[in-house]
Amino acid sequence: MTPLKVSIAASIASVILLLVVFELIRSRRLRERYALLWLLTGVVLLVLSAWRGGLNTIADWVGVETYPPAILFAVASLFILAVLLHYSTVISKLSDQNSILAQRLALLEERITGSG
Amino acid sequence: MRGIALVPALNEEGTIATVIAELRAFDSELEILVIDDGSHDRTAEVAQRSGARVVRLPFNLGIGGAVQTGFRYAFENGFELAVRVDGDGQHDPSQLAAVVEPVVRGDTDIAVGSRYLGARGDGYRSSAMRRVGIRLLARVVSLLTRQRITDPTSGFQALNRKAIMLFAADYPHDYPEVEAIVLVERHRLRLVEVPIAMRPRTAGRSSIRTLSSVYYMVKVLVALFVGSFRRYSTPLEEK
Repeated sequence: MTPLKVSIAASIASVILLLVVFELIRSRRLRERYALLWLLTGVVLLVLSAWRGGLNTIADWVGVETYPPAILFAVASLFILAVLLHYSTVISKLSDQNSILAQRLALLEERITGSG
Repeated sequence: MRGIALVPALNEEGTIATVIAELRAFDSELEILVIDDGSHDRTAEVAQRSGARVVRLPFNLGIGGAVQTGFRYAFENGFELAVRVDGDGQHDPSQLAAVVEPVVRGDTDIAVGSRYLGARGDGYRSSAMRRVGIRLLARVVSLLTRQRITDPTSGFQALNRKAIMLFAADYPHDYPEVEAIVLVERHRLRLVEVPIAMRPRTAGRSSIRTLSSVYYMVKVLVALFVGSFRRYSTPLEEK
């Protein structure tokens, strides 16, 4: 069984994560598009932290017998992995677009200042 | 009133020439600006040959970024009236008069053509899923703006200088229409809906597909929820 203190601490941490993400969107430092995965992470972690029966059931399913909160770590790591992978694709797209912009700019500059 | 038609287009080489011709037929004085949102077909070329001014984005920005490019152009070039017509031919330019009229009369800052307002909207067919989604968004937007909104995703719009200024400065990303309605209300601009009929699309395909529509719904709802906790400076004044 999950210790009550662990459930409380993990719930508080999840709520803080959600609040920080909320404030970042509100102040326009984080676009909704890139916040959705973080929000999902926060919500899933909050549910698993607060719903102690659920955490124990999942621990049973995957064969974790001694310490159910380990599931919290596993789920959190999975989500962090997903967010990182997502950002890798975002960075790749940005660097593609960046080289297109640089090429367009160079060609435009040539058209304006180049001879002929 | 100097007017401009903003036509965002993504891979619409099959319909763009017709849309431009119909816009000409509606008003020959209207400047027509096609914003090519990174098409892979000959949209820009066809539009240019049809006599429209064309802005080519170097890569796909999504409908929000494309349309805002148009608003910036309209703002910087001093236009007093802008109409937004999609390049896929679903918006019938012959219905523009109804949308433009309340803006020209000075009754509103932005007029939106609604498929679901009045008897004329009955003819529009779309999937049940999309209808449910639109109805849910309509409810949320109506609540947030305390004004009855029936078609929050409609891009068939007419705007005056004030609204052009607002959207040139601040316009939502991705699929912008729903959030834009709330933005308009927060800045104390006036918005009215006008009944129109839309045509089914004849070529190309919608930019909103099934899987991305789930993302779209979640994203818009999050944006509306968080956005309602934002403070906005009101209203804008031209320098």
